Amino acid sequence: MGIVRSLLRQPTAVFGLVVVILVVVLALAAPLIAPFSPDEQMFDGLTLEGAPMPPGGQFLLGTDTLGRDLLSRMLYGARTSLIIGLVANGIAVTIGLFIGIVAGYLRGLAGNILMRFTDLMMAFPALLLAIVLAALLRPSLWIVAMVIALVNWVQVARIVYTETRGLVERDFIMAERSLGAGHGRILFLHILPHLVPTAIVWGTLGIATTVLLEATLSFLGIGVQPPEPSWGNIIFESQSYFQAAPWLVFFPGMVILLTALAFNLVGDALRDILDPTQRGRG
Amino acid sequence: MGFMLLRRLGQAFLILIGVAAITFVLLYALPADPARMLAGRSATAQTVASIRHELGLDQPLLVQFWTYLSGLLQGDLGRSYAQKTEVWTLIVARLPATLTLMAAGILVEVVLGITFGTIAAVKRGGTVDRVVMMASFVGVSAPQFVVALLLLYVFAVTLGWFPMSGYGSFAHVVLPAMTLGVLGAGWYARMVRSAMIDVLNQDYVRTARAKGLSSRRIIFRHALPNAILPIVAMIGIDIGQFMGGVVVVEAVYGWPGIGQLAWQAIQQVDIPIIMGVTLTSALAIVTGNLVADVIAPFIDPRIRTS
Repeated sequence: MGIVRSLLRQPTAVFGLVVVILVVVLALAAPLIAPFSPDEQMFDGLTLEGAPMPPGGQFLLGTDTLGRDLLSRMLYGARTSLIIGLVANGIAVTIGLFIGIVAGYLRGLAGNILMRFTDLMMAFPALLLAIVLAALLRPSLWIVAMVIALVNWVQVARIVYTETRGLVERDFIMAERSLGAGHGRILFLHILPHLVPTAIVWGTLGIATTVLLEATLSFLGIGVQPPEPSWGNIIFESQSYFQAAPWLVFFPGMVILLTALAFNLVGDALRDILDPTQRGRG
Repeated sequence: MGFMLLRRLGQAFLILIGVAAITFVLLYALPADPARMLAGRSATAQTVASIRHELGLDQPLLVQFWTYLSGLLQGDLGRSYAQKTEVWTLIVARLPATLTLMAAGILVEVVLGITFGTIAAVKRGGTVDRVVMMASFVGVSAPQFVVALLLLYVFAVTLGWFPMSGYGSFAHVVLPAMTLGVLGAGWYARMVRSAMIDVLNQDYVRTARAKGLSSRRIIFRHALPNAILPIVAMIGIDIGQFMGGVVVVEAVYGWPGIGQLAWQAIQQVDIPIIMGVTLTSALAIVTGNLVADVIAPFIDPRIRTS
């Protein structure tokens, strides 16, 4: 519980934590608190001229171009963002951990090949790769998650690799080896536990990246497909209308920003707490 | 030094070949079929087959890749499926627009970063310092397309200071460059700030102070030149970030650069163009990192000895 107490001592981390919890609760409770169905085109959801309703009144955040309640769509959109954030980032961290540990432990030819492959992936323009893949794959929620995982594991692998290299050199690993421990035992019982802090930090920071990437893909129309709401595709659907109805861009945009910011703040605070050597660094 | 450079160049070359191979396999393994896309919806199977043959798509993947690679090694990126033009020509035509945008974006980042980073370091704990620290987080958390749309709404729609979209004059560059630059500026400021704090704590700065130099002279003549070193490395790495962001920013602002070219090509499954743009981006990233590494010892003698 020392971690939580240290977190609560930093005002920015507390802010981040509150926002994270709020978003999670709102996403989970979406069916209970959403005032309307996210897909229902309300008969009174458009003005007489057929324009979206501005915020206030019956529809708290206004309606979108099809007369659907923006607040309800955003609440359900939070579910999409968080599911993709957790799944995609979970996969990315798992791949990164696996490749990083194996490459760092094995070294030799196999380790070298894995790390050269990681270097190769670092030279890929990640966003461009994600856009190309998502566009050509006719995306669904899960495809989007896979695509994001595919471009996001690289950084984790690099960091885990460096840490594993350092750990393998340490005396307690040599002692363990001289006691006759096998590779599996050393990897899972002795090296992996030391990497848990890294996994936690990247498990948090990575969600911010993932949420942003999902929003960007959806904004380009190649992410989560309407009518399934996502914060990115709400903006995608209304961008041609944003001069007349700026709130359709502003509200989802702010929510994306706040969510990513919150995960970044919490992740950064966790890094400070879990890894004192990184304290104060970029 | 010469040997190191050769080695790095060799690595960079291998990385580019690797990027070409992976992109190629990904693009041709995907279900999207360029021949069907070109033939149109009502085309017969025979037409599609003949187009496929014409493009060489009916050959084994390995043969196709070999054809592409041997072309690539001679500087030939192939021809666009849809436009029949040389990909190289298309990219070269779009490159100036993207480079202008990147240069302007980096300029915004560097100017804002150095200015606010220095103020934050000198007045540590002050308002600017706290704003810089927060701005660096907001910068990496804000989606580019939202910032782009908001800037458009405020400065083009409401205030009418800048055009909505287009290319050609200084006024056109401002908003896209701001979108790319403002977000990154926070991290630059953060880097400058921490480097500046390190420098200000060093003995030679104390000596300068003891000599009675004005604090302005100490900051600008003695401390700042050393504190902006990390920025050089950062620009190199940043180019990679820009190459991705450029697709989004160019889409929002209708900027006729290679990002827009890629976006149009993606929708037409015009694989040679997608390959060309990916390789150009990878080349920019690899070059950026290489240049940052090669320049570093020249501006920081400490790296030379180690």
